[in-house]
Amino acid sequence: MSKYIKKNLDADGVDRRGFLKCMAWAGTGAFCLVHGGVLKSYALGDVLQHQAGHLKGDLSFVQISDSHIGFNKAANPDVTATLRTAISRINALPTPPSFVLHTGDLTQLSKPEEFDTLAESLKSLKTEHIFYVPGEHDVVDDNGRLFRERFAQGTQGDGWYSFDQKGVHFIGLVNVLNLKAGGLGNLGSQQLEWLEKDVSRLKSSTPIVVFAHIPLWAVYPKWGWGTEDSEQALSYLKRFGSVTVLNGHIHQTMQKVEGNITFHTACSTAFPQPHPGEADSPGPMKVPAEKLNELLGITDVNFVRGKHTLAIVDSNLQG
Amino acid sequence: MRNLRTTEIVTKQAFRLMAAAVALSFSFALTAGALGRPSTAAQQEKTTTNEVTIDNFMFAPKELTIVAGTEVSWINKDDEAHTVVSVGSKLFKSKALDTGDKFSFTFHDPGTYEYLCSIHAQMTGKIIVK
Repeated sequence: MSKYIKKNLDADGVDRRGFLKCMAWAGTGAFCLVHGGVLKSYALGDVLQHQAGHLKGDLSFVQISDSHIGFNKAANPDVTATLRTAISRINALPTPPSFVLHTGDLTQLSKPEEFDTLAESLKSLKTEHIFYVPGEHDVVDDNGRLFRERFAQGTQGDGWYSFDQKGVHFIGLVNVLNLKAGGLGNLGSQQLEWLEKDVSRLKSSTPIVVFAHIPLWAVYPKWGWGTEDSEQALSYLKRFGSVTVLNGHIHQTMQKVEGNITFHTACSTAFPQPHPGEADSPGPMKVPAEKLNELLGITDVNFVRGKHTLAIVDSNLQG
Repeated sequence: MRNLRTTEIVTKQAFRLMAAAVALSFSFALTAGALGRPSTAAQQEKTTTNEVTIDNFMFAPKELTIVAGTEVSWINKDDEAHTVVSVGSKLFKSKALDTGDKFSFTFHDPGTYEYLCSIHAQMTGKIIVK
């Protein structure tokens, strides 16, 4: 079976078998193409090799996640090196992304020197802007103060914000603060109020992209892979024709479509984590060194105006 | 085969030499064949010394009963970072604990104290102070 998606079996550009293979093995970078309100996924390898021409849209951006700078255990003793590999993959894209989203866990322990290394490494990214949301590893000792000072200046509340690009409305949410015993992510009433207000002025035809660290759908609550009050947030987005939710946190790609909303999680650039329930705990998964880059990756997203489909391509760091 | 056996004997001898320098109980464990592994007795002892181990995304023991004035220590044995943060009060809050890091807190007042890992909030524990 191919590592990449090669055929469109479902009239949506996605070969299910190929996609499942990606989910199983790819620490993929995803290439997302916004296309008519539905999200399409392509393997980044295919984008690089064959499909670049087909996937040109009005707007393309890349999602990276879970760099965990400072982590140095057996699952990946050099996370800065794999981040650099991810950066070189992004820089090799046929169309440079308009911007890059980092969906959190920039660092392992929220240390200033870890933030320094991350910022320094990302300077070599060929893109105009990088947008960040924090992961729970970025807010450990100070509730995210240092993170916000360095990576989320001018944002609202605990670091949430929105912006518009080529007619697409992007919303960065923070769901890693004030976690309650039991383990799920948490948005909080203040952020929910802001969100409701933020989208109230938009036309229902506006494509929406929401990005946050912890998945906004219940991937596996037992491991904390979900967000307690995400349903409330999503209820404000029901009237929109196209909603794409991009998350990290679980260090593997996963996708789910529910009505108008497409959920997608990206791989880590640092280390893989087990599939839900397939290990005693979600701890860093040790794989043979030669397998590691297959399980790390980046996510590339592309939007085509008028076609209302976001195309998402995950690709790994292999090769 | 013969080579293997020789290596094994050499290793055993080396261990015996080291063992002579350490605690009697440890050398006893060696003679009993538990090479390099502390006995279960030693592990049981840990729980009575008010130590909570963080291993495999769990606090162990999950519930610990102590007398007032006792210091409790948490030691992280995971490859992943964890924290120890009291629930519903600001009584105690560790820094991020990397592998091998330790956090200690002395409980002066009787009561039940729940805590969690603020990074992985599914990890919870309880200290009962009598």
